[in-house]
Amino acid sequence: MPERPAEERALDFGEVALGYTLELARAEAARCIQCKNRPCVSGCPVGVPIPDFIRHIKEGEIQKALEVIKTANLLPAVCGRVCPQESQCEKVCTLSKKFGAVAIGRLERFAADYMAENPAAAEKAAEVKKTGKSVAIVGSGPAGLACAYDLARHGHQVKIYEALHAPGGVLFYGIPEFRLPKKIVASEIEKLKQVGVEITTNAVIGKLFSVDDLLAEHDACFICTGAGLPRFMEIEGEDLNGVYSANEFLTRVNLMRAYDFPEYDTPVETGLKIAVVGGGNVAMDAARTALRLARRASRERGLPSPKVYLVYRRSEDELPARKEEVHHAKDEGVIFETCSNPVRLIGENGRVRAVECVRMSVCEPDPLAEAPAVDASGRKKFRPIANSEYRIEADTVIMSIGTGANPLVPMDTPGLELNAKGYILAKDASGQTSRKGVYAGGDIVTGSATVISAMGAGRQAARAIDEYLKNKK
Amino acid sequence: MGAKILEKRIIREPDVYYYRLEAPLISRKAKPGQFVILRLHDKGERIPLSLADINPKDGTISLVVMAVGKTTAEMAGLKVGEQIQDLCGPLGLPTHIENAGRVVLVGGGFGAAPLYPMAKAFRDAGNYVTAVIGARSADLLIYEKELSETCNRVIVATDDGSKGVKGLVTSSLEQEIKENGAGLVVAVGPAPMMKAVCNTTKPFGVKTVVSLNAIMVDGTGMCGGCRVRVGGKTRFVCADGPEFDGHEVDWDCLMNRQKMYTGREKESFEAWKNRHKGLAEEGAAK
Repeated sequence: MPERPAEERALDFGEVALGYTLELARAEAARCIQCKNRPCVSGCPVGVPIPDFIRHIKEGEIQKALEVIKTANLLPAVCGRVCPQESQCEKVCTLSKKFGAVAIGRLERFAADYMAENPAAAEKAAEVKKTGKSVAIVGSGPAGLACAYDLARHGHQVKIYEALHAPGGVLFYGIPEFRLPKKIVASEIEKLKQVGVEITTNAVIGKLFSVDDLLAEHDACFICTGAGLPRFMEIEGEDLNGVYSANEFLTRVNLMRAYDFPEYDTPVETGLKIAVVGGGNVAMDAARTALRLARRASRERGLPSPKVYLVYRRSEDELPARKEEVHHAKDEGVIFETCSNPVRLIGENGRVRAVECVRMSVCEPDPLAEAPAVDASGRKKFRPIANSEYRIEADTVIMSIGTGANPLVPMDTPGLELNAKGYILAKDASGQTSRKGVYAGGDIVTGSATVISAMGAGRQAARAIDEYLKNKK
Repeated sequence: MGAKILEKRIIREPDVYYYRLEAPLISRKAKPGQFVILRLHDKGERIPLSLADINPKDGTISLVVMAVGKTTAEMAGLKVGEQIQDLCGPLGLPTHIENAGRVVLVGGGFGAAPLYPMAKAFRDAGNYVTAVIGARSADLLIYEKELSETCNRVIVATDDGSKGVKGLVTSSLEQEIKENGAGLVVAVGPAPMMKAVCNTTKPFGVKTVVSLNAIMVDGTGMCGGCRVRVGGKTRFVCADGPEFDGHEVDWDCLMNRQKMYTGREKESFEAWKNRHKGLAEEGAAK
């Protein structure tokens, strides 16, 4: 897929991947051999009938392709961009080993973008018979949007309660513009409003309304508040100014548009030396965002070019981020400090100045020990090398080492069972919780996962809620 | 959800304003000690403000805000009947209201305002409530009248002795504890004042609750920008607070973090004032 050159795109927030033209898309679609066993469909968390939509693209029937995708995935423009296809559908593509997988994600994105730019004769919204039942959805991230869409299609009245002033959840505050343009999120939300879904912003459930308040007004409730509580390393110096959680850094830039300060009121500081700690997709987003801000600042003020380090305690092979994101980050100039772990942050006058790190080395499997040198997640274990401390100068440090469950809703909802880590316990894939009529899904049940799995959870909950409402007197 | 300004008046020249906002849903749930976050317009920042009154009967909440920066100055320019675009709350945990016998509320500067709803609640819980409020001089005092209506007693301290006792609130507080004792002290105000209150109460072993003011973005525990060290642990002011045991708070950490954007805040305020001045001159020329 065509991409903007790294040196150009690393100066702005425009989208990196440009998307296929119709010709390129049809050529790529023609590579699909329409194999019988369709491994890609089982590789997709929501079971998109992939070969079918690809066949339509090959034939040039883009509207039909999009309709096929939408039978399973309601947010194709989003998922086509942010799904980790290389570890899902594309990983198991029959062509992947010998010839390289069909670019399924890019084709999905193409179908959505093409139809957004060339709208077909106004999609006639089928008249849905209203059921007279209403459902409250807590959170407007991918799980909430998908659940709302499906419930509205079943004729239920849906009201989404969003804590922030803008809907979209992580799609809005978390994922940067260069990876997922905000106008795509806005258009998905617009579509929901067109089918009658109401969205109330600035409504913090657990504070303004309790889940019990919602159940008094609605017939059922779906909780999808995400895993938004940032973790810190609990090392010396983390409270210094210039130290951010990735959540705060990205929220300032994406939601509050700090990159337009002082036109927009919210500031963000990057300086010219930035260290991002962590190796996931969020760490890549933070590093690439910081790089853009710092490059622009250095150019405007004629300062030396900035340095952005990504500090990760294991080796590059273990990076949990998508390969494509790692590749984009490297191309743009992010310096990877792998096998390195911060032990303390060093400040001066209350501001961070350097990160003291220790080099890490892989634990060689002990031939005599029974236990393999891997952790619970199956990744190789790493240990610090004695006396290997060194310093990375940094004016800004962004901690991107994961998130936990936000306690606001659970704290305020008696009888809602949680697991040991504070995530909501769901009985099964339907998302049914210990409270009658209360369902939950997405990261608040599973812990940090992907947009597509949250969306899938939203759809499964919608099915279960629809069943529940049918039987509810 | 936004909120209409129903009442606005200057309560201390030149820059401390009282606002009463139409917020029926928030007023129904809000408790003393909680706060709201507001955003004035699409380009605005989100700022946390303590509740100065909660009135579920008429569906309003009140705020007392000093126009010290860009957003608060812009807010001061709004008129009665105009809308605050986004109002989010109530946020944070409410003040733990208990019967501690004698409760002393200490307010510094416009920190006296959030004491008002707390005073009512402590009194309702059967406490003897004393408020100690202070300012540099008599003309800078706020909420003396309001607190006199709700507290059993109000002690005023001014630096220059122009009203009440001459000296800092901490001297009056110390004297009050020595003479009458205290089961609980609650302090709201600038960090150095709250720190001084904690140093005053520590030797007496009086439990001291402080309401911390930190820089926030979302106010729901999502960003961690408001983190502060309390009892050696990282706590979020928005979700775990805003009230903490003052004897456990790492004040240097808090005061340093409050300064994180001082330069940027000045830059933003100056840019706004220049633009504002330009517009005013343009208007005058026409």
